[in-house]
Amino acid sequence: MFDMLKIRINQGSQAIKDVRKAVIPLPFRGFPVISPQECKGDNKACNACLEGCPTNAIHINQETRKLSIDIGKCVFCGDCVRNCKENKIAFSNFHKIAATNPNTLVLEAGMTPEDFYSNAIKARDQIKKIFGRSLKLRQVSAAGCNGCEMELNACSNVNFDMQRFGIEFVASPRHADGIVITGPISQNMSFAVEDTFNAVPQPRIVILVGSCAISGGVFASSPALNREFLEKYPVDLYIPGCPTHPLTFINGVLDFLGQ
Amino acid sequence: MSAIQTRNNRVVSREDIPLLPIDQFCAFLTDQSNHGKRPVMFFGLPFEDRTTDEVIVYSIMAHDESSSLSITSCLMKRGESYPSLTQQFPAFHIFERELFEQFGITPALHPWLKPVRFDYRRLDESSNIINYPFFHMEGEELHEVAVGPVHAGIIEPGHFRFMCHGERVHHLEIQLGYQHRGVESLFEFNGKKGRRQIPIQLAESIAGDSVIAHASACAQAIESLSHCDIPLRAAAIRGIALELERIGIHIGDLGAIANDIAYLTGNAVFGATRTLVINTSLAICGSRFGRGWIRFGGVPFDIDESLRSRIRATLEKVEHDVVLMGETMFSSPNVLTRLEKTGILEHQKAKDIGMVGMAARASGVQLDVRSDHSYGIYKNFPIYKITLESGDVFARAYIRYIEIRKSIAFIYELLDNLPQGNTMKPIEMSLAPNSMTISMVEGWRGETVHALITDKEGNIARYKIKDPSFHNWFGLALAVRENGVSDFPLVNKSFNLSYCGNDL
Repeated sequence: MFDMLKIRINQGSQAIKDVRKAVIPLPFRGFPVISPQECKGDNKACNACLEGCPTNAIHINQETRKLSIDIGKCVFCGDCVRNCKENKIAFSNFHKIAATNPNTLVLEAGMTPEDFYSNAIKARDQIKKIFGRSLKLRQVSAAGCNGCEMELNACSNVNFDMQRFGIEFVASPRHADGIVITGPISQNMSFAVEDTFNAVPQPRIVILVGSCAISGGVFASSPALNREFLEKYPVDLYIPGCPTHPLTFINGVLDFLGQ
Repeated sequence: MSAIQTRNNRVVSREDIPLLPIDQFCAFLTDQSNHGKRPVMFFGLPFEDRTTDEVIVYSIMAHDESSSLSITSCLMKRGESYPSLTQQFPAFHIFERELFEQFGITPALHPWLKPVRFDYRRLDESSNIINYPFFHMEGEELHEVAVGPVHAGIIEPGHFRFMCHGERVHHLEIQLGYQHRGVESLFEFNGKKGRRQIPIQLAESIAGDSVIAHASACAQAIESLSHCDIPLRAAAIRGIALELERIGIHIGDLGAIANDIAYLTGNAVFGATRTLVINTSLAICGSRFGRGWIRFGGVPFDIDESLRSRIRATLEKVEHDVVLMGETMFSSPNVLTRLEKTGILEHQKAKDIGMVGMAARASGVQLDVRSDHSYGIYKNFPIYKITLESGDVFARAYIRYIEIRKSIAFIYELLDNLPQGNTMKPIEMSLAPNSMTISMVEGWRGETVHALITDKEGNIARYKIKDPSFHNWFGLALAVRENGVSDFPLVNKSFNLSYCGNDL
């Protein structure tokens, strides 16, 4: 009894007070800022960043010699930063990188986190009305490596305490308002993803979490995947990361709900 | 000579590996097993191209007392049969099943010849994940409980089929493969592309809770094949990374075990303490799980003076909080009554089926790669093996509690004695041609092994990965026998095995 009290006093309050304003300290790799200057090189860009990229997330326009990065593919490993001799790419610690349209995830040279954030998520009135005060989600891991799964579990721990916003993960798809998919969706898991989704009553939403779910990530070229589900059903929210940080997830969902 | 002797992280030429006829191959493995050696790897390499039916089967047996590994090989044909080793030595059972699934080489009289992961390159395409051949039990008052692939929480997918008599579990059959995404073949494709880019990010995604273990195993293998000795400081920082991963996951697991027995203070406190540990990893390398920390040639993130004192201060707080909570939890009768004698895996069984790592040590099996097949910084700073005897959920929880404190002490020691020098050495990625190397790392779960074989041009011909879960899933199935079916979540959590590490 006294031991328990001692533990309680020692712990104090662990919750992050304002999840909306919380900052993840550097060297966390969040939103990559790309220099607006063109690549120098002799007659074309040097491609060093491309060659080290495991997911082909970087594109160089050979005419304008400017870079763009698709953060739906990026695994935020930082190898491109080390490979680039001209310091073209710098990962900022800005973590609110979710978007409702996958094309928004392609970051152009010179784009600032504010430019991106101001139009990345289009909150719909209908979504706010139906799910704004309570959103129950069923998570489906479809060949995810357990990285995103651990971070989604962390969303409900005493630090992040996502339930305070009425957002919760539930056990049954029947109790859910939508599904959260992690992982690149393997052939062997594809039927279970669809079954789970179809067990969710309408109206329902689909959220993709992590580079693997959004683009296949490091597994994109594997023949063991089956991503047909994503062609058949619309996706409402894309939340990048490798793995997605709990603050990225919670803020992404809150923005999506218009809160 | 029936085999070539080597050690962890040495390179051998493929020409020096004896190629035995089948009967000699089996006789050799029987003899080795009878003399206290255990299989670390057993896998096939398609002969040159996939147009012929020939497969070279490699076997790597470990002698842990002398830190030696013996490699031998045998030429077999797809569709061919050989006398199964599993009957006598159950440790081979999962390897023989894998070989059968991938190449159709039949171990005759194998008692459990079922698919392992429904590999996309499997020979028998009529077998798929929906028609897995489960065992059935018949009799009055017997019933089956089917769970998964989608489970109640945020967990990876897998299917569990319990055959129960009332509340008692007679038998649990575990069907995996949902996480199969072709990791090994992706390594092999990339290793052949000419650009010779081996994506270490892929190794980091073999099991997202063992990023450092798999990335270190991959990096060591590539560094051995490229004849690159990383600086001692880099090796020390890799040691810190690996132990930090162990501490973080172990604390998280203690929280999860507390949660499963409704000991919610334990869940809250360990959950918050784990956050401190993984945020330390973030403060060093920018990722809470150590992604980007390990690279070929060393580590791109150094630990400077200010970071060193911050890590030390955080770990002191972690240690204080863990001990405060742990001492209370492990002396509470409510907790002990749920943990003790639940999900027992007896020593002999654990040994027979080839269990490895933390779960094996909780059953008294003395295996730890860090001391048995020492590598990297563990050569300079030795680790002593910790074992418990009871093999129950309590042992698997308490051994974590001990290991957390040992690893914290180990990091203190490294931080106080960090070698000077660089953390990266430029590496020329030209792999030794026609060679083989075995790279073993003791992750928090146990023995993590990457075996690489190169072809004549120095491209990767075979990239074989073994996560400790590959051995240990069967241990879970045995541990829940004769337990109440409602204790399964607790027993499962005490093992905390990887689905994607098994499925690859």
